[in-house]
Amino acid sequence: MAAFEKLVRQYERQVFRIAQHIVQNREDAEDVVQDAFLKAYEKLDQFQGNSKFYTWLVRIAVNEALMRLRKRRTGRMVSIDEDVETEEGSMPRDLADWSPDPEALYGRSEMADILRKTIQGLPPGFRVVFVLRDVEGLSTEETAESLGLSVPAVKSRLLRARLQLRERLTRYFRKGTRGKAQDGVK
Amino acid sequence: MTCTEFLQQLDEMLDPAIAGPLRAELQQHLRCCEHCEITLNTTRKTIEIYRKHELYELPDDLQERLHEAILARCRGCAK
Repeated sequence: MAAFEKLVRQYERQVFRIAQHIVQNREDAEDVVQDAFLKAYEKLDQFQGNSKFYTWLVRIAVNEALMRLRKRRTGRMVSIDEDVETEEGSMPRDLADWSPDPEALYGRSEMADILRKTIQGLPPGFRVVFVLRDVEGLSTEETAESLGLSVPAVKSRLLRARLQLRERLTRYFRKGTRGKAQDGVK
Repeated sequence: MTCTEFLQQLDEMLDPAIAGPLRAELQQHLRCCEHCEITLNTTRKTIEIYRKHELYELPDDLQERLHEAILARCRGCAK
């Protein structure tokens, strides 16, 4: 138990962030983190040493988070394949350049609101790939293993997630932006 | 190289460790395509900004509560 407690301490912050990115509220994220660690503890003897413990744990947490989303949406199936067939984001449309220092345009908490609002607009299947690969720093192979996807599928989703986020952020950061985006940030 | 081909290889340009003939070809395209240069630079900034800002911080008191709850549930399971 002492060894497992060390693993909990080591990974609980990362798992919480990933869970909250998927379920998008703190209470559900807390439940997901608890359920994921409990499941990992129960299944510890099934863990194969050929993958990293963290990758295995993230896979459990992502599945728990998607199940939680499904419960919230009154049983409607939610998977990481949802909404990924859209063509949106495969080609940039808004080609405006950004201000050289976009972060100087907004205060810290306002910037965090913009980033949260923007990433929450992505389909879950794109959001989770971007979070694991670009925010949490997993490799493409680890991201694929955590999500049960192929490496080419991860690459394709990552490209579209990045381009969609870039496009959506352009309305806040475009060159010449002096104040806030027209519709404000909630 | 077309813009579509460039975009499909954007990952290669975002990874500084990748070198070789493909990178040289991508850089050649960048020299004559302002649109792809903007897309590359703003995509790079997008990733940097998301890395820099922790959007879902776990306050210390909540982390402790969560930590204890996880351990209590694990101790209570039938393992």
